[in-house]
Amino acid sequence: MGELAIWVTILLSGLVTFYLRYSFIGFSHRVQTPVWFRQALRFVPAAVLSALVCKALVFYGGQYQLSLSNERLLAGLVAAVVAYRTKNVLWTTVVGMLVLWGLQAILPG
Amino acid sequence: MELSPEETQVAESRRAASEGIKDVWPSLLGVVPFGLIAGAAGTGAGLSVLQTVTSSVLLFAGASQLAAYQLMGAGSPLLVIVLTVAVVNLRYVMYSASLAQYLVGWKPWWKALGAYILVDQLYALSLHRFREPHLSRPLPRWAYYITGSVLTWLVWQVAVVLGAWLGAKVPPSWSLDFAIPLSFMAMVFAAIRDRSTVLAALAGGAVAMFTATVPYNFGLIVASLAGIGVGMGLERRQHG
Repeated sequence: MGELAIWVTILLSGLVTFYLRYSFIGFSHRVQTPVWFRQALRFVPAAVLSALVCKALVFYGGQYQLSLSNERLLAGLVAAVVAYRTKNVLWTTVVGMLVLWGLQAILPG
Repeated sequence: MELSPEETQVAESRRAASEGIKDVWPSLLGVVPFGLIAGAAGTGAGLSVLQTVTSSVLLFAGASQLAAYQLMGAGSPLLVIVLTVAVVNLRYVMYSASLAQYLVGWKPWWKALGAYILVDQLYALSLHRFREPHLSRPLPRWAYYITGSVLTWLVWQVAVVLGAWLGAKVPPSWSLDFAIPLSFMAMVFAAIRDRSTVLAALAGGAVAMFTATVPYNFGLIVASLAGIGVGMGLERRQHG
C-alpha cells in the first residue's frame, strides 16, 4: 500500500467512524434503530473478529500455511485456550506472543 | 444557606465530574495494555509512528484500529479496510441512538465532541447513571460524560503513542503484528454468549479461511456477513 493510500484510508476510516457515532446524536434523537439492526449487531463482534482471526492463522505472506511448522497457527491454538478461559485481551496476547517466540526459536526456518 | 439554581447546578456538576473520574478509572486499567498492544501492532504491521498515532486520534476505537492495521499490513485496498472499520464500529450507531436523548440541549459543537469521544465504557456508565436525580440536568450530565470520556481518551492516546514508539524499535522478526489476531481472539470469546453467537463465530471464521485467496481480502467482508446472517437466521428460528 502506498503512503498516500494509507493516509487516505486513515482519514476515510476516521470520517466513517465519526459519522456512525454522530448519526443520532447529531441528527435525530426521536428515532430509534430498527429491530433487525439491533439483532444483527449482536453478531458483529463474534462474526467479524473471528473471520479476521481465522484468516490470520492459516493464511499469511500471500499463501496458505497449513503445516505443523506454522508457528502462528500453533501459538494461536494455545492462545485460544487462554482466551476461552480468561476472555482477557492482555493475557491472551502475552501468552500467544511468548509461545510464538518460543516456537520461532525452536522450529527450523 | 439556600443555594440559587445556578449554584446548585455548579455544585452538582463538580460532584458529577469527580464521579465521572471515579467511575471510569477501573476501566482505564484495561485501556492501558490494550492501547500499548494497539500502538505496537500498528507499527508492527508496517505503519509509521505518525500514521499509527493519527489513525488512533481519528478513529479512537481500539478493535477497528487493530482491524485496519491487520488489513493494511496484508495490503488490502481502501474500500475493504473502510468497510471493515464501518462494520466493526456499527455498534456506535446504536450507542448514538440511545444516548442522543440525554444530549439534547447541548451546543452543536459539544454534541460533535461528545459523539467523537463516545466509547463503550462511557456509553454503559452514562446510560446507567443518567437516571439518577443529581444527574438529571444538562450541565451535570455534560460534566460527568466529558470528564470520564476525555480521561479515557487521554490515557488511550498516551498508551498508543508509547506502544507505537516501542513497536517501531522492535525488528520485524518479532512478529508484533501477530498481537492483532491474538487480541481479537479474546474479544471473540468474550462476545460468545450462546449457541447462535458460537455459530456466527464459526461461520465467519470458516468462510474467511475458505475465501482467503479471494483478491483484496474481500473474502473477509463476505465472511463477516455470512457469520452475522447465520446468527440472525438461527435466532429467528429459535424465537419464531
